[in-house]
Amino acid sequence: MSMPFYVSPEQLMQDKAEYARKGIARGKSIVTLEFEGGILLIAENPSTSLSKIGEIYDRVAFAGVGKFSEFDQLRKVGVRYADTRGYAYSRDDVRAKALANAYSQVIGEVFTREMKPLEVEIVVAEVGDPRFVGHEKNAIYRVRYDGSINDEQGFCVIGGTADQLESHLQSSYHEGMSLAEAVRAGRDVLGRAENGDPNLATGNLEVCLLERDREGRRFRRLGQGEVASLLG
Amino acid sequence: MFFRNGYAGYRSGYQGSSFMELLRAEAQQMAPDFSALAQGLKLEGIPHGTTVCCFKFADGVVMAGDRLATAGMQVASREVQKVFPTDSHSMIAIAGAAGPAIEMARILSVELEHYEKIEGERLELDGKANKLSQMIRQNLPAAMQGLAVVPLFAGYDLRRRIGRLWKYDITGGRYEEGNAETSGSGGLYAQEHIKKTWHEGLSGQEALDVAVGAIVAAADEDRATGGVDLDRGIFPIVDVCTEAGIARATNDEVRASYERVRS
Repeated sequence: MSMPFYVSPEQLMQDKAEYARKGIARGKSIVTLEFEGGILLIAENPSTSLSKIGEIYDRVAFAGVGKFSEFDQLRKVGVRYADTRGYAYSRDDVRAKALANAYSQVIGEVFTREMKPLEVEIVVAEVGDPRFVGHEKNAIYRVRYDGSINDEQGFCVIGGTADQLESHLQSSYHEGMSLAEAVRAGRDVLGRAENGDPNLATGNLEVCLLERDREGRRFRRLGQGEVASLLG
Repeated sequence: MFFRNGYAGYRSGYQGSSFMELLRAEAQQMAPDFSALAQGLKLEGIPHGTTVCCFKFADGVVMAGDRLATAGMQVASREVQKVFPTDSHSMIAIAGAAGPAIEMARILSVELEHYEKIEGERLELDGKANKLSQMIRQNLPAAMQGLAVVPLFAGYDLRRRIGRLWKYDITGGRYEEGNAETSGSGGLYAQEHIKKTWHEGLSGQEALDVAVGAIVAAADEDRATGGVDLDRGIFPIVDVCTEAGIARATNDEVRASYERVRS
């Protein structure tokens, strides 16, 4: 009779984490940062059809790194959740906090229960609405492959060398940046990634905004021309 | 409900891109079903919308509606909205039982937004018009009991670069109209006015005048249609859809147009 190998829970979790981290590190990073007009999400993405950044609802956006099929599925679940909630209650009842928590739950569940963890790291960003009491502030949540969730202030980087890139961003970021400054800072940081390209062409950038001062759906994807003119 | 536990959980359930189907599959209790409601209902008690019209002009298409909702012989609301943008380049005008009609307009706009977000691209204008057909067809049992929804649908076709409009019957039959269409109890009078004043290549201001004139003409003949109410400052809604998107005429613009039409 064969004896099953004993693997300690610590070892098991470490192995899973290692596996997920490796998967995530293979992909390119995404930078999320607040600017004077809202929130900017910027990613290195040579593909124009497979997006890493997406619209969830009026004031909420999603960004994911790692395995495309996995984070895109999470994005779609988020859209279904948000649209159903907004239809059942009101459009102002769709908030990033609840969604980020739900993501944290499901990603954490997969991490502990399944053989293979999700190789993803995601950001859920919500732009504030100055005309709506209690909803004025921006919010940026980061959820990791093990379901751990963080509330980020000002900016956040997800992907392989996120910690290193965040320290770069720390030095260039300041409150109330203009859109052009923010896009430049974002591109700069992406170019410093270990697997990044220091001379990132605008065609390889995916740039999306949550614009505070618009009505209704605040999410907007910038075209190549607009990105180029912002980078000057 | 969408965040079931575990890997198998978050990948299970409805996977398509239609919001209506999503509701039916995942949240049946939230999917509107007016046929069950319609049984034994006294229709005189339900607010009804009356006159809406839609026609093409040089830059796209115009949609207008009065503001009155009636329940039998009573005024149900003086400021009801019957013209709704369903996304940035399409809109719906409703006549008939206000409750189901407004809900249908709302759910169509969620449907279009949902599709766009899930698929990463928009439905074509024909696709949107067809989707509305299906929704009206699903409402047929309720329509048979008197809760009919017969909207007009219009938009700017960004591929063909023209304004287009459709009318529907209660079975979901969809008919693309050439230049103009009206609906509701005062629709006939609005139609008559449009026939007399409409011509090819109307300018923006001329189009506004035709729209306001049509609603005013309908209000003049049909007691259930509200016209311009200067005492209360209530004006018909006129939405203009062009390549740039949808713009709603302000009250001042409609008032100025009303003065031109009357003189």
